[in-house]
Amino acid sequence: MNADLLARIGANPKYRQLVRRRRRFAWLLTALMFGVYYGYVGLIAFDKSVLARPIGSSVISTGIPVGLGLIVFTILITGVYVVRANGEFDRVTREILEEAGA
Amino acid sequence: MRRLLCVLPLAALLASPALAAPAIEGPIVRQATNWTAIAMFAVFVAITLWITRWAARRTRTVADFYSAGGRITGFQNGLAIAGDYMSAASFLGISAQIFTDGYDGLIYSIGFLVGWPIIMFLIAEKLRNLGRFTFGDVAAFRFRPTPVRTFAAVSTLVVVIFYLIAQMVGAGALIQLLFGLPYGYAVAIVGVLMILYVLFGGMTATTWVQITKAVLLLAGASFMAVMVLASVGFSPETLFRRAVEVKTALAAQAGASPEAAAARGLSIMGPGNFLKDPISAISFGMALMFGTAGLPHILMRFFTVPDAREARKSVLWATTWIGYFYVLTFIIGFGAIVLVATDPTYLTAKGGLLGGGNMAAIHLAHAVGGDLFLGFISAVAFATILAVVAGLTLSGASAVSHELYATVIRRGQADSAKELHVSRMTTLALGVLAVLLGILFEGQNVAFMVSLAFALAASGNFPVLLMSLLWRGCTTRGAVIGGSLGLLSALVLMVLSPSIWVVVLKHQTAIFPYTSPALFSITIAFVGIWVFSLTDRSPAAAQDRAGFDEQEVRSETGVGAHAAASH
Repeated sequence: MNADLLARIGANPKYRQLVRRRRRFAWLLTALMFGVYYGYVGLIAFDKSVLARPIGSSVISTGIPVGLGLIVFTILITGVYVVRANGEFDRVTREILEEAGA
Repeated sequence: MRRLLCVLPLAALLASPALAAPAIEGPIVRQATNWTAIAMFAVFVAITLWITRWAARRTRTVADFYSAGGRITGFQNGLAIAGDYMSAASFLGISAQIFTDGYDGLIYSIGFLVGWPIIMFLIAEKLRNLGRFTFGDVAAFRFRPTPVRTFAAVSTLVVVIFYLIAQMVGAGALIQLLFGLPYGYAVAIVGVLMILYVLFGGMTATTWVQITKAVLLLAGASFMAVMVLASVGFSPETLFRRAVEVKTALAAQAGASPEAAAARGLSIMGPGNFLKDPISAISFGMALMFGTAGLPHILMRFFTVPDAREARKSVLWATTWIGYFYVLTFIIGFGAIVLVATDPTYLTAKGGLLGGGNMAAIHLAHAVGGDLFLGFISAVAFATILAVVAGLTLSGASAVSHELYATVIRRGQADSAKELHVSRMTTLALGVLAVLLGILFEGQNVAFMVSLAFALAASGNFPVLLMSLLWRGCTTRGAVIGGSLGLLSALVLMVLSPSIWVVVLKHQTAIFPYTSPALFSITIAFVGIWVFSLTDRSPAAAQDRAGFDEQEVRSETGVGAHAAASH
């Protein structure tokens, strides 16, 4: 690996932009995941009755769709990242590498 | 049958990486010998040995041995990671917890899932881009190799050994429960097979054994969930209503007043006593979230795929399968309330479950699929331990051969054949050690060991990995001292916590009152890394920091990433 190539990539404004954009996206999703999960844990720790309340006349409680929804949310948020990373980010990465002659 | 072990070995395996859920502890009663299950298990062993033979022909270099030559696809790796996660613990333990307490089991399983997106967003692709075989490769990218790799090897071995003990003792409990065979058989069977898989088939065999098990377990659990739903005419409302009725009737039988019985019945629909205080709740969440991101046998799987793109796909597939599996266990747990708790065939005279509280899913397998399906599920539950133990041993062996031998002892001058030889010798040694520890710890309460392994991984490997990847100012000294402080504090706080200080050492009250040390030990690790890096003014530290730019370009773009080839 020659230091020259790495320096060329590092100096490319497109590279700086990619890193910034990806980092912002990753931290945003991390914050979202943290917020949702610790919101759920907080609800359990501080007021259990909210999740135990039945929906309408059904025996099913609010907690069941919320809990199952959280599982689906976790899968979806992971998917959202993969779609953007394997699409847009990878495309830009390829362009940067080509411009640097890697 | 005759033997009642008054300790909680199964709880170790079923454990609660952080909180020992009450539902999954209890005495183990050896069952009648189950020949169907044993025969099914023999079929599984035959298949896996055939896989190992095939894998052995493809295992020539260290790259083949440690990382399956990078030939695993994202989808396959996702299944293998999910397999590492869908342990006998999750399957039997979580369904048993739902069987007893209802909703609490769902809270517990969600805790296991939420770490995956975080791994994806913060470390997965950087890990793949920088590393070759182990997480030590990543940490040593810009740091001085000797201290960092020594730390990586020690922390990996510590995590692996605690995890191994829990698995071996758990295997001994399971074999009595599922096959009706004595404890020692389990330790011997697991030890011998695991050595065969890893020794000859390396990562290729370890991965495909895990994939085979994951597919069988997902198929079996799906079948059970569909049968449960079919029994209630595919109406969730009916399933939950009947479960509440069963729990109400059981409480009334136990002598509760009608109001108390009704309240007890409805309690399974909402959160109960799980996660008592907010500090324990947060600490527990952190141990699960970050422990996953620091487990060496999980991190190692990221090097078996060809590039970052496939690494991302593996995390998505793993998250999907694990999430799907937890939905299944939720249905299975409620199904067991409806179909097992009311059927005297599965109950003792006192109304408890035959064989102990962990048997809910096993009895349900019999209720929906008869003897043959019971045998199938029992065999798969035991096979789960084998697959996990093989992965653990491989990561332990790589820590010794790749970190200690190749870098620390031979200063990077070892040739591939010699390194491979050391790796195989270590596999053999670890296998023998696991068997000895399994025998030594028979009958001991090791319920805390999985929790400890998660807490250690979250407090040692994870902070070092994250800081070395994201913080330019991090130095060798900061990483090694901070990581060691994290490991040490997790270990000490765990000993002082209720699960060891009170349960094992029989003291009156715990010095450290919370169930998981993670919140504190992770903080200590990060602060330690920060302080000892910041105050590091040595010329070596300047060199560490200067390496960050190159590391960043490589980790962000994948340029120069090891293309999974053998060199």
